[in-house]
Amino acid sequence: MMKIKTPKKGRIKRDLEKRAPKLVETAKKTLILHGTKTSSVLNSLLTEIYHLKKDNAVKYSRRNDNIRPFESGGETSLEFFSLKTDCSLFVFGSHSKKRPNNLVIGRTYDHHIYDLVEIGVENFKSLNSFTYDKKLAPQIGSKPFFAFIGEGFESVEELKHLKEILLDLFHGEVVTNLNLAGLDRVYVCTAVSSTKIFFTHCALRLKKSGTVVPRMELVEVGPSMDMVVRRHRLPDDSLRKEAMKIAPELTKKKEKNVTKDAIQGKIGKIYIPDQKVGSVALPHKAKGVKRERREAKMKDEVHRSADKKQKQHSE
Amino acid sequence: MAQSEFEIDLGNLMAFDLHRQFPSTFSSREELVKEAIEQGTKLVQAVADALFNKPSTEELDGPIVKLPAPTTKLPREKPLPKPRPPTKWELFAQKKGIDKHKKDKLAFDEQTGTWKRRHGYDRVNDDKDIPIIEAKMTDEPGTDPFAERRKEKKSRVEKQEKNRLLNLKQAAKVGALPSHVQLAATALPITGTQARPQKVGKTELQNVAGMASTATASGGKFDKKLPGEKPPKHEKKYRKFLPAVEGSGMGALEKQQTEKVLNKLISKNSHDVLNVEKAVNMYNVKKEKKRRNNEGKPSTRSKLKPNKKSLKKTSKRVSSSKGKQAQQYEILYTKFCPLRPPLPSLLSSASFYIEGRREGTKRAEKRRKGDIFLEKFKF
Repeated sequence: MMKIKTPKKGRIKRDLEKRAPKLVETAKKTLILHGTKTSSVLNSLLTEIYHLKKDNAVKYSRRNDNIRPFESGGETSLEFFSLKTDCSLFVFGSHSKKRPNNLVIGRTYDHHIYDLVEIGVENFKSLNSFTYDKKLAPQIGSKPFFAFIGEGFESVEELKHLKEILLDLFHGEVVTNLNLAGLDRVYVCTAVSSTKIFFTHCALRLKKSGTVVPRMELVEVGPSMDMVVRRHRLPDDSLRKEAMKIAPELTKKKEKNVTKDAIQGKIGKIYIPDQKVGSVALPHKAKGVKRERREAKMKDEVHRSADKKQKQHSE
Repeated sequence: MAQSEFEIDLGNLMAFDLHRQFPSTFSSREELVKEAIEQGTKLVQAVADALFNKPSTEELDGPIVKLPAPTTKLPREKPLPKPRPPTKWELFAQKKGIDKHKKDKLAFDEQTGTWKRRHGYDRVNDDKDIPIIEAKMTDEPGTDPFAERRKEKKSRVEKQEKNRLLNLKQAAKVGALPSHVQLAATALPITGTQARPQKVGKTELQNVAGMASTATASGGKFDKKLPGEKPPKHEKKYRKFLPAVEGSGMGALEKQQTEKVLNKLISKNSHDVLNVEKAVNMYNVKKEKKRRNNEGKPSTRSKLKPNKKSLKKTSKRVSSSKGKQAQQYEILYTKFCPLRPPLPSLLSSASFYIEGRREGTKRAEKRRKGDIFLEKFKF
């Protein structure tokens, strides 16, 4: 007989239910990890990414010798941490002679690595090096704007991939109702060359413009850096297909024959089958209309005319 | 017009300017930053234009806007939840058309004449509240009706637990176990897909043990047997040999079988492997050459030698050049194309085979032991 285990305490049960797969998913959690060696740049960068994502991120402070996301066998403990902390995004910093200031950003699907992008960090400017009015500082967990500039994000495969990952990393939760007063941050990514982007985080200042739409003003608050794409690994096609699935319950069926109009409101089209006015039998036919009589009459006439002709001949 | 310039994904508040290309070198970094932020402002303004023009509802905290679904698709973090399969009772109820309806939490207790909870402590029809049970004619003397009642209740509970586990087992098969339920074999909290733990059965263990015991050079012949260890199971088919003699019931089964195999092989490979004409030509040419050579330096010795031996030599050379397969087909050829000029290389053994089958005597017995070439070739 199969043995089963159920949590004894309600708190644990609730926690497990939070981890279960959901139809509509909540925000992805991020795991922040250190490699064998990290430079001071990486240390402060990882801390700052943690600060940017403080509402749903887990930061590990120990060094991990056996995490090498791009190598086979180097992902086992990463996947284990992903399972343990229920994180599906990870940021892994490592520093080596070959790849200085290395940052691996990756996603997991079902706690297995989905895709990876490796970037080198250059010209890093920390949060603290910016001076600005502290009132403008973005709130934790606010929904950010994204600005991607440059055709490289469309034409170069690595940058396209990086764009998707950066969006996934920072976009927070997918919301349906958005408070316009809470908009206060922008991530600006600029493709400088085919492998390099300039990434910065700005606060948003809404200024009066006289219309409904306020005038936007960006104030750089940091961190800002150049990201140089090194290695990257795209997901398997089959895995991608699996991960991109949308629940059939959520897809709306197209409503046919109904249009909505601002003035007239809801308008429906109704189809009525052809009435076949010509061919349908009338319930009660008048004597003269009856077919047999009409035909008989016509026959009669023909006969009569024929008779007349015959008569003429005979005469 | 600014909107058409950029790609805007309102669900993610994202704007993408895919026309702009930056010069790869800036005179200074400040310039790059300034330019980037300027462009960023434009993009954000474009998103804001779309956003603030949407109908909003005023709330205490600020205007709230309904966002459309994001157009940039991002992967899920976990697979879609699977629907739980219906339990046995649910299936039954559906078949019978039984509707589920809620029962009151309280019920009237006739024993005490009060309203009591339906389940749990101090419930309706509690055993504790029954002071007397009326005896029936069918009651056996010496049995305690109270104890029997308790026993019945216990068995009902046990049965329900069994049913519950069965239903969970069904759900686990589909991979739709409730998230808080966990199979005991898995140590970590389960999220996402729940792989069923592999049950190692008795037969599997025995198989593995058998395999391990035969993994020595001697096939486990000299190993010490563990107490209770059985000899490894024979996995392969036993070889069966049909009687070579045409018996009363068997007929020429054996002949049919071998011919079937041979026909299949010949028909499959006759085109590409053995070009009969070429083979014959080659043979003829070789023979001619040999003859000429012999004519060039005649020796008494070669004349004295029986013809057969020289032929054997040639056959060896053919076999080494063409490989074992070619040799094999030569044999087949001699057997199945008796009208053509025979390839004499292995003729003697081929004829032996045919004779052997026809006679069905000691030679057939010999063949069983694997002496004959047909078996050596392993069809």
